[in-house]
Formats: sequence, structure tokens, C-alpha cells
Amino acid sequence: MTVAVVRFPGSNCDLDTLYVLKRVLNTDVQLVWHQERSLESYEAAILPGGFSYGDYLRAGAIATQSPIMKGIRDMARKGKPVLGICNGFQILVEAGLLPGALLRNSSLRFMCQWTMLRVESTASVITRRLEVGRVLRMPIAHNEGRYFLPENQIEELDRRGQILLRYVNNQGLCNDESNPNGSCSSIAAICDRTGNIIGMMPHPERASEKILSPFHSDDGLLIFRSLLSQIQGGMTL
Amino acid sequence: MFLSLTRDEKALVQRQLGRKVTPLEWSIIDAEWSEHCSYKSSKSLLKELPTKGARVLLGPGFDAGVLDVGDGYVVTIHVESHNHPSAIDPYGGAATGVGGVLRDILSIGSRPIALLDPLRFGDVTKSGHSRWLMKNVIRGIAEYGNCVGIPTVGGEIEFDSSFESNCLVDVACVGLGQADTLVYSQNGRPGDQLMLVGGSTGRDGIRGATFASRNLTGNEKDRAAVQVPDPFTEKLIIEATLEAKEAGALRAMKDLGGGGLACAVPEAVSSGNCGADIDLSLVHVRESDLIAEEVMASESQERMLYVVDPKRTRHVEQILQRYGLPYSTIGHVIKQKVIKVRKSEKLLANLPVDLVVQAPLLQRRSLKPKSRRVQLDPPRSPTNMGEIVLQLLASPSIASKSWVYGQYDHEVGVRTILKPGAADASVLRLPNGKFLALTCDGNSKHCSISPGLGAEGSLAEACRNLACVGALPIGMVDHLQFGDPGDHEVFWSFQQTVRGLSRYCRAIDLPCVGGKVSFYNEDSDTKIAIKPSPVVVVVGLIDNKAPKLFGFGLKEVGDALIIVGSTAPELGGSEYYEQIHGFSGGKVPKVDLRNERKRIENIVKIYREPGIKSVHDCSKGGLIVTLAEMCIEGGLGASVEAEQIPAKTRQIDELLFSESHGRFILEVNRKMVKKIMKSLEDQGLPVACIGQVDDGSHLRLKYGGKTLVDLSVPEMKQRWAEAIPRLMGDIV
Repeated sequence: MTVAVVRFPGSNCDLDTLYVLKRVLNTDVQLVWHQERSLESYEAAILPGGFSYGDYLRAGAIATQSPIMKGIRDMARKGKPVLGICNGFQILVEAGLLPGALLRNSSLRFMCQWTMLRVESTASVITRRLEVGRVLRMPIAHNEGRYFLPENQIEELDRRGQILLRYVNNQGLCNDESNPNGSCSSIAAICDRTGNIIGMMPHPERASEKILSPFHSDDGLLIFRSLLSQIQGGMTL
Repeated sequence: MFLSLTRDEKALVQRQLGRKVTPLEWSIIDAEWSEHCSYKSSKSLLKELPTKGARVLLGPGFDAGVLDVGDGYVVTIHVESHNHPSAIDPYGGAATGVGGVLRDILSIGSRPIALLDPLRFGDVTKSGHSRWLMKNVIRGIAEYGNCVGIPTVGGEIEFDSSFESNCLVDVACVGLGQADTLVYSQNGRPGDQLMLVGGSTGRDGIRGATFASRNLTGNEKDRAAVQVPDPFTEKLIIEATLEAKEAGALRAMKDLGGGGLACAVPEAVSSGNCGADIDLSLVHVRESDLIAEEVMASESQERMLYVVDPKRTRHVEQILQRYGLPYSTIGHVIKQKVIKVRKSEKLLANLPVDLVVQAPLLQRRSLKPKSRRVQLDPPRSPTNMGEIVLQLLASPSIASKSWVYGQYDHEVGVRTILKPGAADASVLRLPNGKFLALTCDGNSKHCSISPGLGAEGSLAEACRNLACVGALPIGMVDHLQFGDPGDHEVFWSFQQTVRGLSRYCRAIDLPCVGGKVSFYNEDSDTKIAIKPSPVVVVVGLIDNKAPKLFGFGLKEVGDALIIVGSTAPELGGSEYYEQIHGFSGGKVPKVDLRNERKRIENIVKIYREPGIKSVHDCSKGGLIVTLAEMCIEGGLGASVEAEQIPAKTRQIDELLFSESHGRFILEVNRKMVKKIMKSLEDQGLPVACIGQVDDGSHLRLKYGGKTLVDLSVPEMKQRWAEAIPRLMGDIV
């Protein structure tokens, strides 16, 4: 039961993600260089945050041409969990494994701040152990995190339970002020139709130890634990 | 060819070589003897700074200072600036400044783990040019630091019209390594291969070191002296270099910064008492028609020079190939202490290493400026104290900087425990369970009135910042920024600054482990030098494996507010004089050096006591601004009796706005007040209970039976938080 953390040139949350899985959660985890083609021996893959290929051309675009994407696609086909965090989300969108696009933040600036996120659906491997309406605290750090999808498709995404997390305010409500980057419908995380491929802009690996959180929370662990319980249980949704 | 060497220097070179000097040799010497690389004006004075200490493994004169933090771990630290490039091209200049200092930390074999950025701009409330500089400098720092994945965890910003065209863009980097695997530059041996790794060499940044060693001209052609940033390549270099280092394949290394190959090659071999033989036709270049002088002097970014054990070159090549990094083996280390530069078969330079790296020092004259006309009638104390406090909170130097640090990824690396804005210093965790506190400070307004006292004060404030998170200062690096050293008054202020820093370091036993000097900072139009701007970066250690760590926001209604330290009539250079009265002059705060060490140590000790809820030092804006910041951050009110403040004055504006050093405000649980006060009194420190935390969400201050300040916390917060976004056009 090994988790792969895929390392692209320019990934920079790879070691942080590895650290949390290994040291905090005691999981069997390995870094996998992007030039590998196969992920067959792994049960799940995480595409970590960072600036793969310097975000040159478009965030996540060049990474989709890496050999490892074949392994990712094979995994996805087999229903094994694939979690893209931040730049990983951007890569999954660019690869067409998740719908929509991630555009420049509406502020036109890089934003690094803690956010509150409401669980919208449990139809994914990272939220299946959570309850709808629960509010989690995790930080974001991105320049291109404004999720975009045409309105009619957003409705469909919502109906299918593919919207996993939304940015909310102190009262747990969505409004313009609680939406840090101008995402359509305040979306922070989504999944594909199977619930196995997930993209999220917030960083759970930065929110997995109380000491790192200004709120003494460790909500990031809920995301990782949910994912791990899935592969430990060997179930698919 | 334009050379910045003086006539005497040229004559000396000719005399020593006793033969005709080739054009390439001239350009090598010109780069290495520039002020930027040789410290020829400053070196003899810098020797006055104390550099020894129990934790110091490597002091000034190297790529980075090295401090022992226990259990085999070391922290490395260095500071650089990119003032001239940033004044011309703020985005590229600031970004490449970050890149340069990261490679300094890497050169010694440590992993960069944090960046801090002290910045100085003109008056952004009036100048669109300064706002443009600020916006793009910050974007440059953010995009580079964020992309390479090194958190920017701190910084500070000052605004003053003397920086209008010559902004100051400093960047400090802290690294983490292990004492037994550091890479020291003296380790190269004859036969070792010299590998040039990373970005290809092009025309960008040609002669940047000499560009930095003269005054800005406002000439558009200077833009070619600014390099082009490529953080992606930098990230690959960091990972590949650390991997090659872990494999034990690197004997020594040097980053390519100011002076390019012309400086890196001699510096990589000189401390090992060796020479080098290189062939420029082997260098991987961006443009095929570069002449030898250009290849040697190019400051193209993201390049490292490795000194590799010849038996391990294959291994290093494999690592570089895996990361897709270009490289070329350009020569080797030789026993003879000379630098030989060829292009194919042709020998173009053959210079003794000692001649290249030992520039003759200059004896600069210093002259105390004639005492400036001191205004005899300092501004009269105004009556609308509340409005003044609001104005100060909204002045850019004091206002919230979240617009700035919100653009920096300060969390990557999962080490940042106390984050920017929450406390006086940022705190990172270390792998041995201890904690590292980082801060930087400078005060050009104090320094322009009294360079010596201002320098002492900047260091004092930085050390207080560390004490406010429970950390003892263990080492500092300084960045000394001045005008033209040939100006006797400028040089006098430089001399006073170094002496001030030395006095403070000796008083609290703080070693200086590195630094940088940047001269020739002056306004390109008026030719007036910038205000003297020493900036210090100080690291502190929390030698306690499970400390409670907290910021300065007020925590609980009913707690007592205690002040430590005495307030003196010292409004010179204060934000109050400068911002409210537009008055520059008066008496600058003086550090009580005799008691400083005791004071710092006691605050560090007190921080660990139960019942202490927050600690904040008094600095820019004075005591009332300190209190306001504690209210804003904690979202609670406070009521204070100004009569209780221990002071050498009873004049209200001096009580509230004086920036006297050595003062802290503590929030203390009621039950612990007596005990805490007694322990501080026993040490002979002035201490008084001046008020308490209120639930009324107002900051109230009474004096002589009258309420002089009564401000709602949300209103203060709004003015303080919105000031910079409003200036930068984000709130209209």
C-alpha cells in the first residue's frame, strides 16, 4: 500500500507532502520522478503544489507532456485515487482529467492566506469520511486559482456532487468577500465523475499539524486520512 | 574599453605584472577590484565588528555566515541587495536579487529555508514612480521566491523621499545544513574539474558589479546591466546541487554573481591556495558571437561553478542530466597560483591569483558634517491626539503590510510557526526540535540625524523583536547602504554606523557573521545621497523544545498591561515628527547599552513564564502605536493611564510618540502581575502597570484626568489595514 508523490521539475511542495504522509501519518510513501512512465506499484498518487516547469506557458501545461502522465492516466482508468494539490490541480485540469480551467486570481496577485472551506459533497475519496457542511481551515498559496467553468456546467457539476469544497466566511457562508480568488461559485476543490480524481487549491499538507496553524487546527489530516482509508479499505466508490 | 579602475590602480597593475596587460586581464581586474567585490573602501573599518562567538562556525568574508544551532545542525545566513538593478528594472532587479542570495546560501552546501526582504522606497503617498517601483519590486520578489519554493517569512519597509529614484532592495536568506557536510571553498585541489552549471551565458548583466559601484546615471543603456530572472532553473540548481553535495562529489563551489566568471573563478580557487586554467570556448553560451571579455564578465543568472573531484565528474553529470540542467566543464584547478584564461588554444589572460583577489584598499577621508541647523522650537504638542494616532496608523511605514506579505508564499516548507504580521519576529521550527526566530530592521530617519545612534538603535530593535518571541539573538548580518564613499561626509556616516553596530554587538555579545556594503546610492536627478541605511538581519534561537509561541495580539479581557523600560524625550527622527509635523531633527533615541543585555535576557525569560499572554516592543510610532497594534491584532480594547508610564518627561506627545529604545509592553494575567513586576524590578529594570485589556473594543488613554485618546478598534484597524491597498490602487 504505497502512495506516490510525483515530483515534476519545479514541484516545491513535494517534500512537504512526503513529510506529512511519512512522519505525521506514518504512511508508506515515495517520491516518483516525472520521467517514470508507470505507477503500477502504487495505490494512489499525489501531484503536489509548486511551479512545475516554472509555470512557463501556463500553470501546469508543460507538465502534462511528462512521461509520468501515462502512469497517472492508467491509474485514473483503474479507479485508483489521484489527488492534485494546487499546481497538481492545475496539471489535472490541463491534462483534461478534470473539467474547467484555473485562471489568474481576480486580484491579479499571488495570494498566500488561510481560508475556510465548507465540505459540499462526500462523493469523493478525500471527503467520504467527512460530513457535508463541515468547515475546514487550510491555507491557499497561488497565482492562478480562480476556478472557471461555464455556468450551466457548474450546475451539472454541483448536481453530480463533484463540487467538494467551497470558500466560506466565518459564518460558513459563501459570498464575494469569502471568495479569495474569484472562483466560479466559490469553488476550491472538485472531483471527476468517479470521485477518484480530485483537484484542490488549498494545501492540506500545510494544515496537518496544530503547530503550523494559527487556529491550532489540523484539518488537512482529514483529507489525507480519508484518502488513505480508501486505499486501505480497497474500496472504490 | 571603459574601466572603473583609478589611474593609481591601473599603474599598480602594470607595475606588478611588468608587462603589457591584455584587454581580458583588465576586465578581470576591473570586476574583482570593483567596490562591489573588493570592499576596498570599507574593509578596514569593517574589521571593527566583533565576529567571534560560541556558535560561530564561519564568520564574514565567505558566501554565508554559519551558526551552530546544536545537534549537528547549522543555520547559514547572508544578505545582499540589488539596489541599482531594481531602480532601473524593479521586477527583474528584485527577482535576480533573490536568486543571487539563494545561491550564496547554496554555495556553502546548505538548503535555503527562508527569505526576508527589507525594502526602502520614496514617498509613495506622493510619488507615482515610487509606487511603480514598490509594486514591481514586490512582484519580482514574490514570483521568484514563490516559484523556487523558499518561503519569504519577513521583511520591513521604510518610505522616505531620499529613496525616490534609488530604492533599496535588500534580501536576506537563511539556510539549514549539517556541520559535517558543509562545502568550504578552500577544499579544491589541483586536478579538480571546474564545471559551469545552469543557465547559459549571455550578454545580460554584463559588468553589473562595476555598474553597482558607481552612481546611477538614469541612462537607459544601464538596463542591459540588469539580468533576466529564471526561477525555474534556480529551483533545479538548488535540488541538483544539494544532491551532488549529498553524494560527496563537490569539493567546493561558488555561485556566479557580481563579476560573473571573472570573480567566481579566482574566488573558487584562491582560498585553497591554487590556480585555475579555463577555456572560454567550452562555456555554453546563449549567443555565439560573445567576445572573451563578455563571457568573463557576464552576470547571466542561475549559474554555479562546481569544483569537482575528477573521479566523480560522471556522477555529477548524471545528476545534472536528470534535472535537465545544462553544464560545461570549462577547465581545472592547477597548482600554480595563477588564473589562466584561454579561448581554444590562445592564452588571453595569465594573472597571479593574489593580484586579482587582493585589491588595494582605499583610505577614505571622513568629515563630520557641520551641525545641521537644529530647529529651536520643536513642534508644539497638538490637542487632537486621537486623529494623530489614526494618521500614524495609516502612514505607510506603520500601516499593515499584509498587502505585501500576502503576495509572498510564507508557508511553503511547513516550518513557519509564527507567520508575518502575527508577531515581532517570524519563527521557524528546526529539525532538532528547537526554533529559529528571524527579523530585520533599519531606521534611516534616525540614522540620518545620528548615524551612530541610529545604527545601535536598529540592532536594538531587531534584538527586541527576537526577545518578543522568546528568542535569544545568536548572530547578525548587516547591509550598509550609503552614497558615494568619496564624499567625506558620506564616509563619516559610514564610519559612525560601523562603530555604532560594533558598540551594540559588544554590549550584548552578538557576533556579526557576514554582511554587505552598497555605496553609490544617490538620487539620479538631485545627486543627493540616500539617507544612511544600515539594515540588520538578526537570528535568534529558542533553545526549548516545547515552547509556547504567541504573537502580540491582546488575548483576554481583564489582563494587565505592563510596560518595561523608560520613556525619554526622544522624538528626533520619530514617525510623529516626520509624518505629522514634516520635521526632521531633534534628539534621536539612545540605547542604554549598559543594561541592554540584561533587558533582552529578562524578556526572553519572562516570555516563558505562565501568565504572560503577549509581548510587543515599542518602536516606530511610539508607545501608543504599540498599544494600537496589540488591540488591532487581538480585536480587543485597552485602557491606559499615561501618568503611570515611567518617563523622563511629562509632556504628552513625548510620552506617546517618543521612540525610546528598551521598551516592551506585556499582557499579563492579573494573578501574575505582582510576581512578574517584582522579578523585573529586582533586575533594576523600570517597570509599571499602565492599564488593562478591555472588552469595550476601544483604546482609551487618560492623562491628567482627561481622556486624550478614545478610538474604536475597528476604526483603527480599518485605517491601518486599508492604507497600503488604497495607495496601490486596490481600494478606491
